[in-house]
Amino acid sequence: MRDKTMTADEAVSRLRDGMTVGIGGWGSRRKPMALVRALLRSEVSDLTVVSYGGPDVGMLAAAGRIRRLVAPFATLDSIPLEPHFRTARERGDLDLTEVDEAMFLWGLQAAANRLPFLPVRAGLGSDVMRVNPGLRTVTSPYDDGETFVAMPALRLDAALVHVNRADRRGNGQYLGPDPYFDDLFCEAADTAYVSCERLVDTAELTKAGPPQSLLVGRHTVTGVIEAPGGAHFTSCAPDYGRDEEFQRVYATTPWPRFAARYLGGDERAYRAAADGGRS
Amino acid sequence: MTEATRAEHCVIACAEEWRGDGEVLASPMGLIPSIGARLARLTFAPELLLTDGEALLVTPDGTVEGWLPYRRHLTLVTGGRRHVMMGASQIDRHGNQNISCVGPWERPVRQLLGVRGAPVNTLNNPVSYWVPRHSRRVFVERVDMVCGVGHDRAAGARYHALRRVVSDLGVLDFGGPGRTMRLVAVHPGVTVEQVREATSFEPAVADEVAVTRSPTAAELRLIREVIDPGNARAREVAG
Repeated sequence: MRDKTMTADEAVSRLRDGMTVGIGGWGSRRKPMALVRALLRSEVSDLTVVSYGGPDVGMLAAAGRIRRLVAPFATLDSIPLEPHFRTARERGDLDLTEVDEAMFLWGLQAAANRLPFLPVRAGLGSDVMRVNPGLRTVTSPYDDGETFVAMPALRLDAALVHVNRADRRGNGQYLGPDPYFDDLFCEAADTAYVSCERLVDTAELTKAGPPQSLLVGRHTVTGVIEAPGGAHFTSCAPDYGRDEEFQRVYATTPWPRFAARYLGGDERAYRAAADGGRS
Repeated sequence: MTEATRAEHCVIACAEEWRGDGEVLASPMGLIPSIGARLARLTFAPELLLTDGEALLVTPDGTVEGWLPYRRHLTLVTGGRRHVMMGASQIDRHGNQNISCVGPWERPVRQLLGVRGAPVNTLNNPVSYWVPRHSRRVFVERVDMVCGVGHDRAAGARYHALRRVVSDLGVLDFGGPGRTMRLVAVHPGVTVEQVREATSFEPAVADEVAVTRSPTAAELRLIREVIDPGNARAREVAG
């Protein structure tokens, strides 16, 4: 059986300028931040990012890596407005495909099921239709005759997700209360890179949680990255909660200073700087 | 027990929005609606479902009674067994609501949250709104970005059901001409004129404007001793 383990930098070296990259998690929850940090160390740019946005979106936007963002929101949860996303929007620095949360999910489901679109009862009547002139509608062929938005598939070149445990083959496990949509991101993508808090033997997986916790299937995974603390500073229940104090530092420090202080070195340097940063 | 505060009347007005809803999820956004939903669940609406704010359905004492991760929450939205009370950065007379951005969408003056789930909510399950500071900046002639769908844009939307708007001044429904906003109640101490002055458009006014009822002694005890002993509600609505 193929060993898919690699480093975060190896995973990112497989990404190319202009790719469409889906990022798992939700807001400031279980985001693959170590992979995002590796992306920031690389030169990869001009990305279309597909995300239930959090600091992943904020950091990549602040670093000028996003050409287009596909998202229903960007938030830090305990801090409602993502500061760098806000700045990027108010400066006109990124193109936005703003869709509703359900439209976004239906788009991922369409991609995972290799459908060109799925009908969704969301978007009609709202300005989502105005700001996305390419969106089309579809009418039910049955007696109800209802009209829906035909949400196009959100097919991804690559997906980046972070889970609690994984084996070397790419079976990924979540142990917190919410899987978010990480399985769908992997299924919707041509390649998927899964970072995990801890790499374990396959036999260990079902000791930590029931079979239902085996969220990500190895048939959808290209690379596995062991990254303890890899969701920091977002939450990764039950391994750790959100680092609220550091998130505040992120939200209130001008980006150039934050990037210089915390993102200049490798992941180990980041952790050392972040741990030293709480004074 | 001292007389109820404005914040406590707001809690009651919010709680009343879920009266008679039956076995549906009460989805409150914002602090005072959250207190209101718990109060309703603990008193006159015991069938309501509540979440812990994340992925679990819980009873008022915190006992887990179900699992509701986001993916299932969205099915609950589209299945209709939910009554959400959302916030609104802007809202117009027809009930169009904006939480996305202020100014032109192409390049906003102020980027806010994004549309979030407002489009899917308004087309699928009952929706009310909570505005902690009733002002002309919120109650506008035209919203800059329609996130939540109002009555004038809901033709053919079979499950569209806007209920009411609760603010720190009073309660409005959509019983005005052409299903526009209509003032139906003010909180004690508030005048109809005050609401008019704080609203950019001219709202219809019910023939008899009610006064928000005061909490019962039992309700007041629940609010003050059980649900919000730290009085966080006073930080959302003063007075």
